[in-house]
Amino acid sequence: MQYIDPHIHMVSRVTDDYERMAQAGCVAVSEPAFWAGFDRSSALGFHDYFVQLTEFEPKRAAAFGIAHHSWLCINPKEAEDPVFAREVIALIPRFLKEPTVLGIGEIGLNKNSKNELTIFEEQLNLAAEHDQLVLIHTPHLEDKLKGTRLILDAIARDGRIAPHRILIDHVEEHTIKPVLDAGHWAGMTLYPETKCTPQRAADMIEVFGPDRLCINSAGDWGRSDPLAIPKARQELLSRGHSPELVQRITYDNPRDFFNQSGKFRTSAQ
Amino acid sequence: MTTPALTNPMTRDQIIDRDFLTHRAKLLDIAAYLDRLDRSGPSNEDFRDLALRDAIAILTDGQPDRARRILESLSDPTTTPIDQAPGKGASGAYPPPPTS
Repeated sequence: MQYIDPHIHMVSRVTDDYERMAQAGCVAVSEPAFWAGFDRSSALGFHDYFVQLTEFEPKRAAAFGIAHHSWLCINPKEAEDPVFAREVIALIPRFLKEPTVLGIGEIGLNKNSKNELTIFEEQLNLAAEHDQLVLIHTPHLEDKLKGTRLILDAIARDGRIAPHRILIDHVEEHTIKPVLDAGHWAGMTLYPETKCTPQRAADMIEVFGPDRLCINSAGDWGRSDPLAIPKARQELLSRGHSPELVQRITYDNPRDFFNQSGKFRTSAQ
Repeated sequence: MTTPALTNPMTRDQIIDRDFLTHRAKLLDIAAYLDRLDRSGPSNEDFRDLALRDAIAILTDGQPDRARRILESLSDPTTTPIDQAPGKGASGAYPPPPTS
């Protein structure tokens, strides 16, 4: 059974991970721009990162039959300095023409500060002006509920981007309902300690239904599992859910959201 | 058109048969963690420890949506952006505001 990982940071993973993911059925990934674990010292650091995302990673993935896509932005953890953030934002438009770039992301909030919110709003504006899809990061742990509310309010205030063109990621039991009620897509991230487990993701699918729901590994440089999606698929199947439901959550849904970009492809096509 | 919520195909007995031992082990991990804290000395009123004990009470209050309510109990209850990010990390519980 083929699957798509709609959120994974392959720049932080070794090539063996691509091989294992392909063996497990992965045919496409999408990689949002994020924090590298340290702050870049100049906007040029982001330029190089965007080149890596749009040129190098698609080639590395293709060697294993995986179609690689990316999202570009300055992430909220490096958005506390608005002057610096705006230098990075100014680099983005020319990369949006690249054939594997799906939109703006993962923008959002981290500690829910005023500057983070300002830069989030400016990147929403960038997406609206360039008619881009948006992938949104919601904050961690105790900051998630407040941050999700601030993000939903900011999207509604802007009002130019149709709700179905926005995926809000890292939802949990306390944030999934307002995200879906607002008409957005929602992503559940499978992590060993934070965010949610395959079992809780399966529970949320049962409670809220499969519409506009995706699951991802968000594999990165921290504790994470690039094979988390196959494990969640197994959890759903072991409960007796149909292969059709598993296919919808792990393949059809991310494909349908990404297809709005006009650029998404899978090795299966 | 919205697809309705799904039913877990497993019966209650099947869920218990499959998952009881896993969650028995997780419960013992929590118990051993609390015992470990007791052996380490008197409580220092750490906000994370207090928040965890409040959250544990939700497990046995007989009300539904325990996961959602525990997450809410561990969340920042304020609604306006803060002036400046104090750093990048999160602790997992909301620290009480400093007293003047």
